[in-house]
Amino acid sequence: MAIVFQKPSTLTDAPMHYCPGCTHGIVHRLVAQALEELGVEGKAVGVASVGCSVMCYDYFTCDMVQAPHGRAQAVATGLKRARPDNVIFTYQGDGDLAAIGTAETVHAATRGENITVIFINNAIYGMTGGQMAPTSLPGQITQTTPYGRDTNTAGYPVRVCEMLSTLSGVAFAQRVTVDNVKNVNIARKAIKKAFQNQIEGKGYSIVEVLSTCPTNWGLSPVEALKWLEDNMIPYYPLGVYKDVEEGVKK
Amino acid sequence: MKNLNILFAGFGGQGVLFAGKVVAYAALIANKQLSWLPSYGPEMRGGTANCSVCVSDEAIGSPLVTNPNVLIAMNLPSFDKFINAVEPGGVVIVDSSLIDKKVERDDVTVYYVPSSSLAEENGLSGLSNMILVGKLFQEVCTQGDCAFCDSDILDQAVQKCIPARKAQMLDFNRKAIQIGAQQ
Amino acid sequence: MKVLMKGNEALAEAAIRAGCHHFFGYPITPQTELAAYMSKRMPQVNGTYLQAESEIAAINMVLGASSAGVRAMTSSSSPGVSLKGEGISYMAGSDLPAVIINVQRGGPGLGGIQPSQADYWQATKATGHGDFQILVFAPSTVQEMVDLISHAFDTADKYRMPAMILADGMLGQMMEPVELPEEGSANLPEKEWAAKGHGGKRAHNIINSLYLTPEKLEQLVKERFERYETVKRNEQMAEEYLTEDADVVLVAYGASSRVARSAVNKAREKGLKVGLVRPITLWPFPTDALNRAASHAKNFLVVEMSMGQMVDDVKLAIDCKVPVHFYGRTGGMIPTPADVLAQIEALL
Repeated sequence: MAIVFQKPSTLTDAPMHYCPGCTHGIVHRLVAQALEELGVEGKAVGVASVGCSVMCYDYFTCDMVQAPHGRAQAVATGLKRARPDNVIFTYQGDGDLAAIGTAETVHAATRGENITVIFINNAIYGMTGGQMAPTSLPGQITQTTPYGRDTNTAGYPVRVCEMLSTLSGVAFAQRVTVDNVKNVNIARKAIKKAFQNQIEGKGYSIVEVLSTCPTNWGLSPVEALKWLEDNMIPYYPLGVYKDVEEGVKK
Repeated sequence: MKNLNILFAGFGGQGVLFAGKVVAYAALIANKQLSWLPSYGPEMRGGTANCSVCVSDEAIGSPLVTNPNVLIAMNLPSFDKFINAVEPGGVVIVDSSLIDKKVERDDVTVYYVPSSSLAEENGLSGLSNMILVGKLFQEVCTQGDCAFCDSDILDQAVQKCIPARKAQMLDFNRKAIQIGAQQ
Repeated sequence: MKVLMKGNEALAEAAIRAGCHHFFGYPITPQTELAAYMSKRMPQVNGTYLQAESEIAAINMVLGASSAGVRAMTSSSSPGVSLKGEGISYMAGSDLPAVIINVQRGGPGLGGIQPSQADYWQATKATGHGDFQILVFAPSTVQEMVDLISHAFDTADKYRMPAMILADGMLGQMMEPVELPEEGSANLPEKEWAAKGHGGKRAHNIINSLYLTPEKLEQLVKERFERYETVKRNEQMAEEYLTEDADVVLVAYGASSRVARSAVNKAREKGLKVGLVRPITLWPFPTDALNRAASHAKNFLVVEMSMGQMVDDVKLAIDCKVPVHFYGRTGGMIPTPADVLAQIEALL
């Protein structure tokens, strides 16, 4: 019988702990698939961040390092500077990358660190139970914005790809989502390109993936996808924000 | 040798630390124990600058000289601050062109050297410090209880302290030392 | 051949010669010359010098480089070391070796920039959160800074734990003659646990400090503390200076031990029986040397550039067998040998 679909060899057999309808599983698969297709699993080192995906070190078969909250790109910088021939990636959520780790993100980007950053934006802190994230939308109800995010007091959401694309060190920045088959295919290509760029020495590459958190949004998985399409995509337009063909390294 | 605890004291920009470095290198070349400790502060130029240099046959204890047996006073505030801290029997070398006071103590040996004026008169602008170093080596480092080297070693030390890109300064420094030694 | 070097520069050169080719820093006084020296030297040895965006980023770059199996180092001064506490805790929890240098200045807060020893508690008790210890070495001369750096890297690798060199502004800024080890003389151990890519030859390595099952976390912490017991047995270092017949034994480390040594010499000139125990490792604390001195001394006098942070450790080490007194200055003030001598004379 022909095999038409199977788990990439770069994912372990450990059962994932993610909630039903969470899109982490899809993105894990896309990352693992990129490592497999590019044949770099043996020299890949992933950096897990603090958040729901903290235990992704149990799911990827490559070597893994778990970083302090917000510091994944500093840790990745240390790894890459120590082992320039290895393929180094971070896997971070919005609280980690765009709140507590903003400085590390901006400076890894502006240095043009030759790393791959996978950024999960689901507009909420998942692991701690649904608090406001730097990317929570205006008016969005969370545990810590019970009356909706008031931009007068809580400020505005951070648009990461737009912000980083102004930096000269960034070779590639694309925002994708995984709400349907077509978009999953776009995301798959973007993630592979972000790794390919690193292999070719092009510099900092980030893929922002708009994701769902049905549990903390208080929605069913299907409703969550609809909420993402109706609310997040208009605020966070999909597309390529930066793509420097020749790379940023001289 | 008797332990030598020198305090150079003046303003930043007078070459206080450099003068101390020449003594430190001379002690290194003479195979003595030594320490060189600068004061440091937020001011890059113009603030108070001190430098403690200890030279001994034994391991150096505290490298911070609070009671010097040799004080090189390069401006009035430093003179006022440290003159009474000098150990009885010690030596004080004063830039008398910047400090118009006389030492009132009679238990120390004082040399008045108008080093800033001498530097200007001899076309050695900025080398007042080395005129004082010349006097220091003449009176203390090469003769007496605290002697630890000779003038050859001093010359080697000066060569060590002047970076290659400033090699043209070597002869000016030598001249300044010579003028100091003759005072 | 001996050369004249500032303590900060000697630490940097000695680290490179100990095989550390990855340095991550952030500017702060009075450790400034160390990072500047690294920025000049690292390119010459094909190493990495990186000025990070913060002390937090710098220590986490060290965490990353150490995870990759190379010798890595960062340096800072007191306020900056507070920021590194997070990374140090994670490294301890992940069994990662590294060397952290603290060229101490006055605190708390922004404090001052003059020499101080007010980070003793931080270094030995609470560099960060959680149940852990780090190795703490306290050099007192520029030569000892050189010697302890390679020892710190070796010991950190041996026990897979972070090590700190606890220096201060005086030691960092002063010049003394030093003899440096040969370049390339470092013995770099193979690190099979490192995350450097498995190359398809082994299961994946995971560098991690997260254990959500309390039984598992307790077990790992206990295993780590068993290792600490071995460290305590085997790695204590102290200098005992004129202690054999001493009635008064001074206890001081680092810069204040230099002052204490001068005071001991002055006391001996006066015929007073005074000695000095100088801890070289602050953790593990040199209890053996202190107990030898306590067996015959009538009084201990701890001398520090702090409000007496080491006093309790001395009392515990000797089980309060003899009275332990304290003399110190703080805020960047340095005690004088004459001050210490006056304290000694008051005890006799």
